[in-house]
Amino acid sequence: MILQQLINGLMLGATYSLVAIGYTLIFGVLGLLHFAHGEVLMAGAFMGLYIIIWSGLPLYIALPLAMVTTGVLGIVIDLLAIRPLKKDFPLAPLLSTIGVTIIIHNLAVKLFGGYGTRFPDAIKTVHYEVGPFLISSINILILGVSLFLMVVLYFFIAKTKVGKAMRTVSESHITAGFLGVNVDWIVLLTFGIASALAGAAGVLIGIAFHAISPFIGLTFALKGLVVMLLGGLGNVVGAMIGGLILGMAEVMSIALLPTEINLQDIFSFGIMIIILIFRPTGLFGVRVTQG
Amino acid sequence: MDYLISVATIAGIYIIMALSFYMPFMTGQISLGQAGFMAIGAYGSAVCTVKWGIPYVPAILIGGIFAGIVGILLGLPALRIKGIYLLLLTLGFGEIVRVVAINLEYTGAAEGFPGIPYQKYTILYAYGMVFILIIFFSRLRRSRMGRAFQAVGSDENAAEIIGVNIVSAKLLAFSVGAFMAGIGGGIFAHYQEYVEPLMFDIMHAIEFLIFAIFGGIQIFWGPIFGAIVLTFIPEFLRAIQEWRMELYGALLIIMMIIRPQGVIGLDTVQALNRLFRKGLGNERA
Amino acid sequence: MILEIRDVVKHFNGFCAISNIRMDVEEKKIHALIGPNGAGKTTLFNLISGMYNMTRGEIRFKGIRINGVRPNLRARLGIGRTFQIVRLFGFMSVLENVMLGSHCKTKAGLLKTFVRFSMRALQEEKVTRENAMRWLEFVGLPHRADEIASNLPHTEQRLVEIARALALEPDLLLLDEPAAGMNPKETEELNSLISKINQMGKTVFLIEHNMELVMGISDVISVLNFGGKIAEGNPSEIQDNPAVIEAYLGRKR
Repeated sequence: MILQQLINGLMLGATYSLVAIGYTLIFGVLGLLHFAHGEVLMAGAFMGLYIIIWSGLPLYIALPLAMVTTGVLGIVIDLLAIRPLKKDFPLAPLLSTIGVTIIIHNLAVKLFGGYGTRFPDAIKTVHYEVGPFLISSINILILGVSLFLMVVLYFFIAKTKVGKAMRTVSESHITAGFLGVNVDWIVLLTFGIASALAGAAGVLIGIAFHAISPFIGLTFALKGLVVMLLGGLGNVVGAMIGGLILGMAEVMSIALLPTEINLQDIFSFGIMIIILIFRPTGLFGVRVTQG
Repeated sequence: MDYLISVATIAGIYIIMALSFYMPFMTGQISLGQAGFMAIGAYGSAVCTVKWGIPYVPAILIGGIFAGIVGILLGLPALRIKGIYLLLLTLGFGEIVRVVAINLEYTGAAEGFPGIPYQKYTILYAYGMVFILIIFFSRLRRSRMGRAFQAVGSDENAAEIIGVNIVSAKLLAFSVGAFMAGIGGGIFAHYQEYVEPLMFDIMHAIEFLIFAIFGGIQIFWGPIFGAIVLTFIPEFLRAIQEWRMELYGALLIIMMIIRPQGVIGLDTVQALNRLFRKGLGNERA
Repeated sequence: MILEIRDVVKHFNGFCAISNIRMDVEEKKIHALIGPNGAGKTTLFNLISGMYNMTRGEIRFKGIRINGVRPNLRARLGIGRTFQIVRLFGFMSVLENVMLGSHCKTKAGLLKTFVRFSMRALQEEKVTRENAMRWLEFVGLPHRADEIASNLPHTEQRLVEIARALALEPDLLLLDEPAAGMNPKETEELNSLISKINQMGKTVFLIEHNMELVMGISDVISVLNFGGKIAEGNPSEIQDNPAVIEAYLGRKR
């Protein structure tokens, strides 16, 4: 029974990884912890929801579409709220992202209501028996898509020229500039990619839970940041592993503890506090370069 | 006229809240938990007056002190946590307070705490507290601890090398800020005559942040200005009431782009000083 | 010996910045620390002032072991410091910056500030202010007292930082590249300033790249390279030392 829950934990964790990778990429190129990233995920989830409802398109088209629209949202946020900021006020980016969060969150509540919205069934739920486990098609979908995206991203960063440029920018804006890299463009691209990943995570979460609400933004903001702590700030591989760990740990905590107390969110919050107090550099340490 | 007084009273309470955000901010600690401390002060003082028959002023003080003590408890782990994570910590704290309030039967749970005795002339108490805070902050500016706070907020490590005990500075600022928020909560509770958990949620905590950041964070007049302007203007522009939070968000972004130090800055104060002296000079001539 | 550095090692995530340094700084002397960029000089200063913790080793100040002692307590013990890149509190006035130097020497707490009845707090504030002005005059900048610190030209900011460190009344003053960015005239003035500080009985431990200044003013020079000490002696000994010349590869001025 508990091992069965691990499958769900992996699935959940995979979505956390997607979110955390976005945070990591943005932190890497800008040194900024993008507070509004959770809201971007939430917006992506709703965009995916309405794309599916209004167009009736199958998931393998709707998901990329949702990713693209969320990516665009991320780029708009960079252009309007991050890029115009002056350099000599270190708190400005953080405060600006708080502003973005307020706008997106309140708009979402106005548009979609404060309670949950049912997420359409994007695929048929089929259960497969694999040995002692019962794996549903949803598990497979989410795990599969997440892993696929992570692998693609990893090769993109490690092997392509653009990926190398991103890594250079995370080391030093000045050095990257000397080497002929257009830093602003790379930052823009990073926002786009990170947000697209968040959009994917949002849609997958909708599929996993069958419902979404405007409040998942804040929830996933927290979880993504906790994973960052687990995996080390700026460490992409650490983010991937950390996400899986958090997902499984959360699921275990629900399985092992009494069900009256909804500990899920408090769990990640508690982990964050413990890590910050005892190991502020995270479990895997801080790395400036990509994984 | 009555309407004006009620808006002014709320503005006064919000000035206290904005200053309660400003206090830890001076030492570089951004707290989104002031709404939580406000709740502690509100509920605490209400329990004092309603359930234990304690008179108004002592009840408010007790609420504030209770909030201040919780502030020390939260302030301790906060010492090692910075930036966005401190934001999350204080945010989480606010949420925990709200959830506790929802579940606590003794104080009315989710339906709220009714029947709090209305305090006549609350506006006097509110602005009385504001006056005290103005004196406090202006003395602080010209004092050893005030300089220490500013140094810690400016460059924590350099401040420590100079000899400032940054641990006690941050803890002090944080708990005094919590105390102020508690006082604000107490005055608020006895004006509204009832309180419920929803009054102290995340969005309110963010509002207090916006008052201070918009108003100006280089000098204590900034949060005062911000609270007054952002309380009065939405009242007189009914049309934008519904979009208040979105506009606050946009305001925050715009301020960060064009004038991150806020409307009232050191330059504003210096310019006003020069104008003032010029004016005096002319009179004498 | 006012400062004893014993077998100090400092690792950063696998990178060894300081490997086994042994050094003594004699009281009331001017002791210089030189070496190529990246040799570990500022890291050593950071270990002494308490910004970093040592991986291994021991540092004694006035005979007291200061491993693990918090920076603000080291300041109170008498270690003052300036930084390689100036770290003034930019939005505060020059005078306020210098007044902060006496923070650990004064006592007025929050309560005394608020409650006006404390004459002692007001008196202390007056004394702090007068002391700060004295130190500003000492470094030649009394006319800048009320200016916002970040508005000052770079070299004047360095002098303010020195005044701030002096307000601590330190017995040991760590100066990290104080002459950086100074023209010959300013360097000349800095030279006499350091001499005057030394004549007041303070020990000066100095990181510098300006060899004229170093050779002219130091009693002892220690040379670092790649995190280790490669030479130590008086100026003429160091000037002729082949290991030192090699380390700099002719970068001596």
